[in-house]
Amino acid sequence: MNEIAIRAENLSKAYHLTHQVGQVRYKTLREDLLALPRRLGSIARGPASSIETFWALKDVSFDIHEGTVVGIIGRNGAGKSTLLKILSRITEPTRGRAEIYGRVGSLLEVGTGFHAELTGRENIFLSGAVSGMTRAEVQRKFDEIVAFAEVERFLDTPAKHYSSGMYVRLAFAVAAHLEPEILIIDEVLAVGDAQFQKKCLGKIGEVAKTGRTVLFVSHNMAAVQNLCESGIVLDTGRIVFAGPIEPAIRFYLEEKTAAPREAELRDRRDRTGTQTLRFTEVRILGTDGNELATVLSGQDIVVRFYYESQQELNNANVNIAFNLYNPQGVVITNLNSKDVGRLRLPIAKSGWFECVWPKFSLRAGIYTCALFCEVNGEIVDWLQSAFQIRVEEGDFFGTGSIIQRGQGEILVTYDWRSSGEHPVA
Amino acid sequence: MSQLETEPTATQAQTHLPRQTRRPTVVVQPTHGLATLNLRELWAFRDLLIILAGRDVKLRYKQTALGVIWVVLQPLVAALTFAVIFGGFAKLPSDGSPYVLFVFCGMLPWNLFAGALQRAGNSLIGNSNLISKVYFPRVIIPIASAASVLIDFAVSLIVLFVLMLIYQVMPTWQLVALPFFLLLTLLAATGVSLWLSGLNVYYRDFSYALPFLVQVWLYASPVAYATTIVPEQWRALFSLNPAVAFIEGFRWAILGQSALTIEMIVSATLVSLMFFASGLYVFRRIERGFADVL
Repeated sequence: MNEIAIRAENLSKAYHLTHQVGQVRYKTLREDLLALPRRLGSIARGPASSIETFWALKDVSFDIHEGTVVGIIGRNGAGKSTLLKILSRITEPTRGRAEIYGRVGSLLEVGTGFHAELTGRENIFLSGAVSGMTRAEVQRKFDEIVAFAEVERFLDTPAKHYSSGMYVRLAFAVAAHLEPEILIIDEVLAVGDAQFQKKCLGKIGEVAKTGRTVLFVSHNMAAVQNLCESGIVLDTGRIVFAGPIEPAIRFYLEEKTAAPREAELRDRRDRTGTQTLRFTEVRILGTDGNELATVLSGQDIVVRFYYESQQELNNANVNIAFNLYNPQGVVITNLNSKDVGRLRLPIAKSGWFECVWPKFSLRAGIYTCALFCEVNGEIVDWLQSAFQIRVEEGDFFGTGSIIQRGQGEILVTYDWRSSGEHPVA
Repeated sequence: MSQLETEPTATQAQTHLPRQTRRPTVVVQPTHGLATLNLRELWAFRDLLIILAGRDVKLRYKQTALGVIWVVLQPLVAALTFAVIFGGFAKLPSDGSPYVLFVFCGMLPWNLFAGALQRAGNSLIGNSNLISKVYFPRVIIPIASAASVLIDFAVSLIVLFVLMLIYQVMPTWQLVALPFFLLLTLLAATGVSLWLSGLNVYYRDFSYALPFLVQVWLYASPVAYATTIVPEQWRALFSLNPAVAFIEGFRWAILGQSALTIEMIVSATLVSLMFFASGLYVFRRIERGFADVL
């Protein structure tokens, strides 16, 4: 057996949630000073009820051997990202310890360390330096990085003019060429085109073949299954399964893990974008305006996205999009406002956008959706697994016949007819 | 790629400890008590410091039409204004030098100090995307922001020499002391910056207090006036402000005459060291929570 690369012992991380109104996440001095007497008092009385301790990770222990590719699987809020953040030393554990043997390179979010005003070339150096590479190292790898990212022509263009695909490519290229002994990757492949995803997966596989250790988080079960030898399934901060990858994925898919926390969208912290507009709630409605827990195939539905915005915009360029993923993490389809020509949707301080979806055309199953909103070309809010659509068999064709299960995911409108004619030879 | 296979020794050399001892490269655990500054790690990230400082400079003048002219114009106009009001109208003494030169000499270290405070004070919030996604020694961010002001300082220094030519003031041998006073300015600036930037992450009040603090501090420092107009009995208290020593120090080194005393230098050095040491300590104590708050 190879030597140990990572040994975690009882890693735990607690967050203190204060229940207060509003989105203010930072404190002001005045609040703290005012709260001081209460805090002193609470030492005698026990913790105040308004502060809740939430264990994002609880007593997680494991050994990972050198040269293995490990998939970390779990639903949102299971603690995957927290675990990766602790292992890459971005945040400290509240309890427990982890021993790490070797240099760690992590890619926790696309475009980390990139600055929109700087050119591609400048960003490569910045991003490399942030990850602990020296200038000389970046210089040595420069051509390789550029070639991998396929951005030669745009090297001296400010990154703000890059497409999101170019952004990801460049970010991944820098991280992959870091030559870390341990590579930590969190759900970065959700963006970028299929071809590049394939290239990235290939690169990760290559990295693993050279004896390096890879920790990989993805909702794309097909990718996890292809890449990883073993898997760790997390559920509400604990390890519920650890072992070879096949049984791990089966364990996860068979819903032995808890249903996703009914956490309000507004409280989710694992989101990206400028947050000048935030989605607060998603509701799936029938044509009568009642909320639906389950959608039936063929039903006319409306998906309503409630939001809060920092400012009112009457003539902004808006693009709202959501992706539907099947349980294997493969995109089924994407519904966005741009493609249907709704280029300008007025934005209020708070309100909703609605996607009208007549004759729901997916078969029974649970579809997880990523939600995305862009205002004037800038990503304002972006959530993976923002909500789910549960679908049961319905009368899609209006014939009253029951649609067979296990025959794919989509339904299309079609008809049949017959004729007595026969082609003459 | 084959590159990966051919160079395993290169990457092994970069880990801090030799492989055969099997001691962990890093142990992740909650830190307690006095967190020591890992100087070796700081050194390993020196390129990041340079790149971040360079980025700050580039971004500052990126979409400005006048660019570097701003660096020249700002202190020059300010010095002229002060010279006209304090030297011309109020007829304050300038220890025998032309008032414009006198003010400009004070402005030089002051702008470095104040600029560093302002840049560094908001630096951590401005770089929150880095802090919450990548690990690196956090102190690099405020230090790089403070260091980026050195470019402006260098440009202003050239302007000063041009002014000296115009006024026909020759530098003396005392000019060799300038690097010392520059270091003193940087020490004080970094110390205060560490305090401000760290606390600003937790209490955004400091963002609002910062411009106010800088303004009050400006009036408490002998930029536009000479230390000699401060009453004798208040001098000792006045000298606790480290800006007094570095401003008068600059004047002493450049113009050859000033109210600088040994006591001023000693108290400024001590106060600056205190700010620096305590700032570093506080920063190290609270930096572990940055990623959770930002």
